[in-house]
Amino acid sequence: MNSLKKMGIALALAAACALVIPAVWAQSSLTGAGSTWVTPLVAKWAATYHTNTGIEINYQSIGSGGGIAQIKAGTVAFGASDMPLKPEDLRAAGLIQFPTAVAGEDLVYNLPGIKAEQIVLSGPLVADIYLGKVKKWNDPAISKLNSGLKLPDMDITVVHRSDGSGTTFTFCDYLSKVSPEWKGKVGANTSVAWPTGVGGKGNEGVASYVQRIPGSIGYVEYAYILESHLSDARMINRDGKIVSPSLKGFQDAAAHVDFTKAQDFYVILTDHTGPGTWPISGCTWQILRKNAPKETNVAVMKFFDWGFEHGQNLAQSIAFGPLPPATVLAIKSYWKKELGYTI
Amino acid sequence: MNGPEAVLRVSAGPVPEKPKAVRRSSPSRLSADFLFHKAAVFAAFLAAATLFATVIAITYDSWPSIQTFGVWGFLKSSEWNPVTQTFGAFPFIVGTLISSAIAMSLGVPVSFGIAVFITEIAPAWIKKPVAGAIELLAAIPSIVYGLWGLLVFAPVFAEIEPWITRNLGAIPGIGPLFHGPPMGIGMLTAGIILAIMVLPYISSIMRDVFLVVPSSLRESAYALGSTTWEVAWHIVLPYTRSAVIGAIFLGLGRALGETMAVTFVIGNSNVLSSSLLMPGATIPSVLANEFTEATTMLYRSSLIYLGLILIAVTLTVQSFAVLLIRRLGRSQGASA
Amino acid sequence: MGVVARRRAADVASKILMGIATAVGVFFLLWIIWTTLRFGISGMHWDLFTKDTPPPGTDEFGLRNAFVGSLILLAVSLSIGVPIGLMAGTWLAEYGFRGRTANAVRFINDIMLSAPSIEIGLFAYAIMVGPMGHFSAAAGGVALAILMIPIIVRTTDEMLGLIGSDMREAAIALGAPVWVVVTKVTWKAARAGILTGILIALARVTGETAPLLFTALNDQFFSTGLLRPIANIPVVIYQFALSPYANWQQMAWAAAFITVLFVLVLSLVARSVLGKVQVPK
Repeated sequence: MNSLKKMGIALALAAACALVIPAVWAQSSLTGAGSTWVTPLVAKWAATYHTNTGIEINYQSIGSGGGIAQIKAGTVAFGASDMPLKPEDLRAAGLIQFPTAVAGEDLVYNLPGIKAEQIVLSGPLVADIYLGKVKKWNDPAISKLNSGLKLPDMDITVVHRSDGSGTTFTFCDYLSKVSPEWKGKVGANTSVAWPTGVGGKGNEGVASYVQRIPGSIGYVEYAYILESHLSDARMINRDGKIVSPSLKGFQDAAAHVDFTKAQDFYVILTDHTGPGTWPISGCTWQILRKNAPKETNVAVMKFFDWGFEHGQNLAQSIAFGPLPPATVLAIKSYWKKELGYTI
Repeated sequence: MNGPEAVLRVSAGPVPEKPKAVRRSSPSRLSADFLFHKAAVFAAFLAAATLFATVIAITYDSWPSIQTFGVWGFLKSSEWNPVTQTFGAFPFIVGTLISSAIAMSLGVPVSFGIAVFITEIAPAWIKKPVAGAIELLAAIPSIVYGLWGLLVFAPVFAEIEPWITRNLGAIPGIGPLFHGPPMGIGMLTAGIILAIMVLPYISSIMRDVFLVVPSSLRESAYALGSTTWEVAWHIVLPYTRSAVIGAIFLGLGRALGETMAVTFVIGNSNVLSSSLLMPGATIPSVLANEFTEATTMLYRSSLIYLGLILIAVTLTVQSFAVLLIRRLGRSQGASA
Repeated sequence: MGVVARRRAADVASKILMGIATAVGVFFLLWIIWTTLRFGISGMHWDLFTKDTPPPGTDEFGLRNAFVGSLILLAVSLSIGVPIGLMAGTWLAEYGFRGRTANAVRFINDIMLSAPSIEIGLFAYAIMVGPMGHFSAAAGGVALAILMIPIIVRTTDEMLGLIGSDMREAAIALGAPVWVVVTKVTWKAARAGILTGILIALARVTGETAPLLFTALNDQFFSTGLLRPIANIPVVIYQFALSPYANWQQMAWAAAFITVLFVLVLSLVARSVLGKVQVPK
């Protein structure tokens, strides 16, 4: 056989293999994408789920904005977002959403000589820092809240998200509530026009920059603070009390809303009252396409149902608060109502 | 020949003349010859058509954004706001140009120095290892540059930045360019890393064309008592001028389109800043960061519109580069 | 006297500056290679090759799925890029010669050599990911193939061009048809050079990240399917490097080290293969 024929046969074989292999693998995995906020939770659930059932949930943490874009485009089986879509937007795009867990985010800082939870901040102060109005760590506005601390004469390097983020939405929603200037100038969405600062990709990117840049401040979801040992700040909540982030603080915020009554589970958990309530709490949602194949949606629903039922200890270990049982039941009937089927 | 891309430099070697005997084939073999020929034509067509297909596909996908914002409006608008769905290219165009300008202003003199050093100054035993070492810079993948830039270079540079702010920041006129917190990342860092990345490309083309200068020219200059520097600056450089400019354009094209190294260290800020020490964004970096998350068609189309602007600029730059480099090759081929 | 001294001083000063410039270039190379070696080797574990990428927040190591995925992507891009590149280069050298069309093709090819890889990624997204509705290894392979083709076309064209016409004319005189002459005589004679081109193309696309960001995406599990996202080394490095987790950052360095090693080995092999190229007079 001459070389041309040999090459032809080799190519044909390669093409045949290439077509057969996907058929073999196609059924045993699902791709989801979106929020980096929920990534620690989904990643842990997926790993255990894989060990128990052999099904692979491939989750790409590309930011809530990415999750929303990808599920709208139909390129993934589920999109994860910490910004809930409004009911009209869901209807218009043929999507449904349901909550996964409750958690919170906090400001982290990198100040030599100052340890975790030593700095106290208030909402309006954080807004001023992120607006670029407060530029140095020893600014009187910060010293006023931290009279016991010797703050260095360092520039504040603001770190925000460079990608579309639900963590950003929750953060900006809180700032819009406590600072009318922020509300007017910047607003709240997964991606905003930041007046100042450096952009990190994902919660991981922000955490990474704050780790590296002395004098920096950033906002990250709490599980990242636990896992990367960053210095987090204490905040003054709506009741005027100084609180630290904690699972209890997030759940106190969640106690103020009734998931079962909210249309499409659209709730906001920021800036609620309560002595121990954490001001920057949030929820995170999964978004599905109504007209995706039934097997795909059922597989996704089965995974999250497993998480609700068997994954709560895992969740609580990284400060993700489980949803109340009434909410889980409400989710199941929501599936039935919106899709026509449930698990 | 040396180095992974040495082979790709424009060779001054002759292309074979079309042999007169090749075209004849006996009729019974016509089908196999015919198929082979057609396959080759098709492959060549594909290879060339990809360029046009890319431009067409990108133009098509950016059309919604072109219709919404127009050409001039998009180019001069500084507002990149996914919330209000207004998009403007100005900060990214400026960021791309400035980072590339820093890369060129640092990289071209250094490349020239390296090329002259290797061709004119270095003793024989140093030439090959040094040339090989510089070629290796091209072999390092850009993501490793980004990784190294963020995790190794930036912390070190953050120590140097206060010195820069104190000294360069005090020069009247350009001082404000160097003010800012010493983060280690930012426009200047991106420019420096880009400069390192283009060194091998520019210097190796310069080296090749310097070697093509006829030795008679050099030797007569030396015979008249010229110093090495004078030969390099007054004889070699003017002789190879168009290819050297071509090499610079080639490096510029690379710097304009570089994505990963820049994305790691530029700081991803869509706001124009007056200081080189502050973070910024380039067209490739914003594409890498925001593409998978563009939630609306207009957002995605605007990002692709940015890509269209980039490819228009890089294609122009690279066309000039190839033309200029080839011009020297052709003139050499004629006289060789 | 003053002029001569000035010229001599300029000569000495310029020599020093050129030396410094070269030293700067070599310094950065050594610095990058040294840190990659240092952090890469300290991040090496056997687990990297036997286990898959771990979820965030654990202390495990593993890159198996990324290695396999990258090899699959390279295989796909080779199977598309080599035939097209080889045949296109053959057309240039054996059919087009110095004609106007051939020179136009060479010009376009030279431009594509330096095309920004992110633009190629956008193109692959537009023609594959969009219409297919999902990310896929196939789309990533196509993007990498587009990056490979100009290099293979260029080297094939040049290497075939180096083969003198004697051999071709002898074969034709013996009655061989054109395609036999090309494949059995010219290709065979130039095979070292053509192989070099393929190795260089491989070295070029190893480590390319931007085009994979919106085509092959990534996968934390092991997979070999071509019609779905696939784990790959460059995107894993990107993800892990920008994270705050120590084990992820170590793995990013280890992966970077292995990538650089792979590219260097390919370049060395290419260089030695090229050294054996017979350049006929």
